[in-house]
Amino acid sequence: MTFPKPSFSPAEPVAAPVIAPPPPEPRASRGSEIVRRAGATAAAVVPPLLTVLAILGLWQAAIGDSYGGLPSPVQVWTESKDLILNPFFDHGGVDKGLFWHVLTSLKRVGVGFSVSAVCGVMLGVLIGSNRWAHRGLDPIFQVLRTVPPLAWLPISLAAFREAQPSALFVIFITSIWPIIINTAVGVRNIPTDYVNVAKVLRLSPVEYFFKILLPATTPYIFTGLRIGIGMSWLAIVASEMLLGGVGVGFFIWDQYNASRISDIIVALAWVGLTGFFLDRLVALLGHIVSRGNAAS
Amino acid sequence: MAKAYLSIEGVGVTFAKGAVRSEVLTGVDLKVDKGEFVSIIGHSGCGKSTLLNVVAGLVPVTTGAVILDKQEVNAPGPDRAVVFQNHSLLPWLSVRENVSLAVDKVFGGVKTAAERREWTLHNLELVKMTHALDKRPSEISGGMKQRVGIARALAMEPKVLLLDEPFGALDALTRAHLQDSVMEIHASLRNTVLMVTHDVDEAALLSDRIVMMTNGPRAAIGQVLDVALQRPRDRLAVAEDPTYIHARAAVIEFLYARRAA
Repeated sequence: MTFPKPSFSPAEPVAAPVIAPPPPEPRASRGSEIVRRAGATAAAVVPPLLTVLAILGLWQAAIGDSYGGLPSPVQVWTESKDLILNPFFDHGGVDKGLFWHVLTSLKRVGVGFSVSAVCGVMLGVLIGSNRWAHRGLDPIFQVLRTVPPLAWLPISLAAFREAQPSALFVIFITSIWPIIINTAVGVRNIPTDYVNVAKVLRLSPVEYFFKILLPATTPYIFTGLRIGIGMSWLAIVASEMLLGGVGVGFFIWDQYNASRISDIIVALAWVGLTGFFLDRLVALLGHIVSRGNAAS
Repeated sequence: MAKAYLSIEGVGVTFAKGAVRSEVLTGVDLKVDKGEFVSIIGHSGCGKSTLLNVVAGLVPVTTGAVILDKQEVNAPGPDRAVVFQNHSLLPWLSVRENVSLAVDKVFGGVKTAAERREWTLHNLELVKMTHALDKRPSEISGGMKQRVGIARALAMEPKVLLLDEPFGALDALTRAHLQDSVMEIHASLRNTVLMVTHDVDEAALLSDRIVMMTNGPRAAIGQVLDVALQRPRDRLAVAEDPTYIHARAAVIEFLYARRAA
């Protein structure tokens, strides 16, 4: 398993060539470069690995081999070995490997989150740039954003009468608030200088939107998207527990009903790692889109 | 008196914030001829930047009017390009893109794409910035950013070039370099320039006339001084020139003796 390299390594390689004497020995420097890279990777990977080992050790020591209740790491391994080693099996119905459950959940998040990203940015631009829209909508948003994801579920079930659109709606409604609010803050914080430049150039509203507003707001938008995707992942697991069918949330609920706690622990690891990679993916996207200007 | 190129007529500006009204400028009259370099100097908060923003169209007049080339100014436009104090380059665009944004917008219907590219390059050459075309503003120094800001303004071919304390944030050496550049450009293009500054030496060296503002609120023009120095001016030779010394002394006297803040 690989960890993404940290975006800022403490040892900046940029300064080195300036100080180094003009003709460096290529071989020695290449060798030391490899050593330095390996060192940096080890510095990033070893501490979390040690922490995980320490937690597993403590957990094992605390629970031991007593059966019933929370299983120990060794028990998780023996009971759920198949699930851990083969995430790709498919025995039909809901009897699938965890990969397929996670993939189904990710598809739902993909749809729900895409809609909330588009709507969130549009609403954020609206309340960020229009004083009356801000006065009218902001208080409502501030109240609605505190409603927990699961509280939306009965309402959306009543409205849509089907599980699939209800789950999508819960993802949408959970992840849209940070996107709206961060976008609006970004729009309101566009420096006056940029606005003046646009005025002197007499940019049309459309040109202003694409050439000034959107690039100036990009770092804020991506902050909102990062928070939003995290929340939508929280929401999918919770809503699938109630909706049933394929999906990692339902898997957890199903295993709970079957009293297979060790399978749940394996699923939790999948959920956590998937959430982590989703967050990194959005951060990376923001980095690329803003060409490295993002504050992330 | 003949019609001036740029005419500021009885301009007053009052900002109203709720019930609080503050009169910043009052009864400002100023006529600037084509090709003239005029500086506006005064203490901080005297409204000199407000006056420049009025000419730019960024601040509306409360009374009076600004007339440029027989047309009343009532909105911002590229015929009055502004070089802002803090460069205000767009950080997500390269040096070249910052200038070409202006060029494409102003000359989009007039010049071909090739001509616009050429014109962008030409203006960056004027300010000696062609070595950093694809750099971003965050990768160049403060002086370079200001050069690009000047290139962007020049590229709009403005009727009047507005400089809002353009060198205020720079160190003394960089400032001197940029002042020389501005003098060279002014000598070759004969632009009409209106510059706000708080630097007495800068005003005396660059200007044909220095407009001295009284302290705000209700700031007005206190005195206008002609600087009858030969052009081109050389900062070393000028330092000994009695006209320069007199101009400098007059401005300092106005600012510190009669209108002490």
